[in-house]
Amino acid sequence: MKRKLIAVTFIAILILIAATGCKSEGKQTLSILNYDIYMDKSLLSEFEKANNVTIKYDTYSTPEEMYIKVKSGASKYDLIISGEYMIERLIREKLINKLNFDNIPNYKYIGEDFKNHVYDPDNEYSVPYFWGTLGILYNKKTVDASSDSWAMLWDESHAQKIIMMDSQRDSFAAALKLLGYSINTVDEKELDEAKDLLIQQRPLVMAYITDGAPDIMINEEADMALVWSGEAVSAMAENENLDFVIPKEGSNIWIDAMVVPANSENQEMAERFIDFLCSTEATLRNINEVWYSTVHTEAIKLVDEELLNNPAFNIPKEDIDKMEMLRDPKEFIGLYTERWTELMAQ
Amino acid sequence: MKDRTKYFAYPYVVWIFIFIALPAFLVLLYSVTTKESNGLTTIHFTWENFKNFFQPLYLNILWDSIYLAAISTIICLMLGYPAAYIISKAHISKRNTLLFMCILPMWMNMLLRTYAWMTILGNNGILNNIFAFLGLPKVNMLYTRGATIMGMVYNFIPFMILPIYTALSKMDKAVLEAADDLGANKRTKFIKVILPLSMPGVISGIIMVFMPAVSTFIIPQLLGGNKSMMIGNLVEKLFILNGDWNFGSAISIVMMVIILLSMSIMNKFDVDKEGGARLW
Repeated sequence: MKRKLIAVTFIAILILIAATGCKSEGKQTLSILNYDIYMDKSLLSEFEKANNVTIKYDTYSTPEEMYIKVKSGASKYDLIISGEYMIERLIREKLINKLNFDNIPNYKYIGEDFKNHVYDPDNEYSVPYFWGTLGILYNKKTVDASSDSWAMLWDESHAQKIIMMDSQRDSFAAALKLLGYSINTVDEKELDEAKDLLIQQRPLVMAYITDGAPDIMINEEADMALVWSGEAVSAMAENENLDFVIPKEGSNIWIDAMVVPANSENQEMAERFIDFLCSTEATLRNINEVWYSTVHTEAIKLVDEELLNNPAFNIPKEDIDKMEMLRDPKEFIGLYTERWTELMAQ
Repeated sequence: MKDRTKYFAYPYVVWIFIFIALPAFLVLLYSVTTKESNGLTTIHFTWENFKNFFQPLYLNILWDSIYLAAISTIICLMLGYPAAYIISKAHISKRNTLLFMCILPMWMNMLLRTYAWMTILGNNGILNNIFAFLGLPKVNMLYTRGATIMGMVYNFIPFMILPIYTALSKMDKAVLEAADDLGANKRTKFIKVILPLSMPGVISGIIMVFMPAVSTFIIPQLLGGNKSMMIGNLVEKLFILNGDWNFGSAISIVMMVIILLSMSIMNKFDVDKEGGARLW
């Protein structure tokens, strides 16, 4: 019995040592959590060399997934890049720190349009990274976009050729805007109407996917797709038959920003990295990697003309005025999820 | 003299405890507590998560998953049994090559294999290009239920072929000779002798295919275009998107119970307790 106990304890200790023993000594580390394919990776090694730091780069695919990673505390991060409504939630739950802007002189390049938004009203916690919107990527050869409306996605002549997003807030945004409601509504009647609209659309939908839509559109396998603006820019660069429309009913505007979690052990280094990313050169390199609209006032003057003429990159002012920002739905998220599950289980 | 070799099993016992028993217990704990529970100090027990599951919306998803998994399993069995039979009858030099070919796809990442099917089944994919070349109309194949089933059959069929092959190849040749000697024709020999003796392999195969098929979430996502939500997708959504670990755990527990029940029912049919290919 005693021998058994010793054996078990010994093995348990071995496992503990193995689990904790992989920390490298000496060099500082900077852990970053970002969306997949959302940064020019060569910037990482450049910063590593210049600051004698090891960067641990981790990715996620949905803001909700990021939230769970941070909330559960299973792994510690020093810098996170995420969307505005998630940042609103992180601030409310005190999971991120105020930034020391003395370490971020390049903050001066961030456009005024991207400051003082509801998610961080006094600009204390976050530094904007990229921004974008939701719209319809379509094939000019087969689709008539003159209606300039979300109703395009309900056009029966394109049955089985329409791609929707496997993202409840975004797909609901299209339906809610078509009905003339707010994309942040918590009114059950309005949400039911939107759900009915989406159920009605279901037979026309080829697939509900995120991330894969640009490839399908480039291969001309579908006629239309609900996409984020940067996806449209990259797809349009590959296939000139593609075009992008931000419907007249208005759309969603989102801002992704950089924040430092409350349990970061290396906030100063994180702030230096934020500053590095806000430099004009790093921003330009990132633009060529992610294709989303930039918040940088200097970099925008230096991008190619072709990109400036693309309405999915240089989004027209009159469209921006009609856009609405997603808010953290708090406990009302269930209202969306329930209806989304109902739609998916049809 | 005491047998000391049993101590070599302890690493595995520790492994089981840390990576199987403890997580299973946590899932069970989550399933019977509320979201408000915070550590062991403020724990609230409830049956609400289970009650919540038994409403038509979720039961439909469950039923649909079982239906799709059952169809895939039947197709796997219909394709897998003859394949296993042919392999077991093949000459030894060919047999290893055939088995190797059966396992070879499993060396590649499952995600990669599934993506490959997307380019095969797509509207401008390889198959549709062949159809167009032959003057046939285009067929909408990707993002259908058929594509989901095909993906499951493709991914899980080795799990059907291998146990059946093992059962068939371990069969006592003397029994087959006896059947011949006693005047059984080929058909009788197969139905009365070979098939019953290979049943343990068949049952293992059914379980090995049905279990991953009923809980898969990546195949309906990639090949089915998320149009038929399976129980695995629901659990994934609850955990990752909603952060509702409690409800997600309750569904996992329900699935575990269903799988355990179906396994015990299957074992009832498994008359031959000496069968060499049984896994359970």
